[in-house]
Amino acid sequence: MSRIQESVIIRTVVRIMVPFIQLFALYVIMHGASGPGGGFQGGVIFGAAIILYAMIYGIAEGKRKMSDALDKILASTGLTIFAATGLACIVCGGMFLQYNAVPLLPDPALVSKYLIDLVEIGIGITVLAVMISLFFDISPPESESEEVEE
Amino acid sequence: MIWILDITMLFFLVVCAIAAISIKDLLSAIIILSAYSLIMAIVWVEMHSVDVGFTEAAVGAGITTVLFIATLARTEGRSED
Repeated sequence: MSRIQESVIIRTVVRIMVPFIQLFALYVIMHGASGPGGGFQGGVIFGAAIILYAMIYGIAEGKRKMSDALDKILASTGLTIFAATGLACIVCGGMFLQYNAVPLLPDPALVSKYLIDLVEIGIGITVLAVMISLFFDISPPESESEEVEE
Repeated sequence: MIWILDITMLFFLVVCAIAAISIKDLLSAIIILSAYSLIMAIVWVEMHSVDVGFTEAAVGAGITTVLFIATLARTEGRSED
């Protein structure tokens, strides 16, 4: 593991690829309503980009970019966005997640379109935070793994 | 439906499934399981179920493999039975 982490080629490729993977994840999330993809898949791809970074640059460096506190905040923020959107529909007289009940814009179809995107963003944020925290919890501590290698 | 592609993919699927449960080295088993997920994703897309294929490729071949390997780094890496 440690020899792979020292390779210049792998470090450079990862540093160049990570922003493009994240951009693709955002594309997948925003096109969930009109094409294949959605909040879950986009969130998994976004989480995979950060997991890739943490694998190559070390768990400590990954945790510096994506700390446990930030993980918790993101996971609860996404869930709050999802639940708040659903409950707003109930408050406006519809059922849970019945988007066209919200009188935000004159056209109910347009409200539906934007609220679906909002819900997808909420799902994506929660999934990416949970995937990253799963990886950080399972992965062995840095010093321990190097001792095993040597 | 391209039936010859279907038959080939399903054949490789069965081969991967049998290899994954019969091999002793757990790292090899994880890699074969990842290949199984990739073939399964192709089969889903070929059956016009792009959304499920997308999820299979992202979760099955991507995240699950990483989580399995991270777990393997904490264990011995060989199956006893």
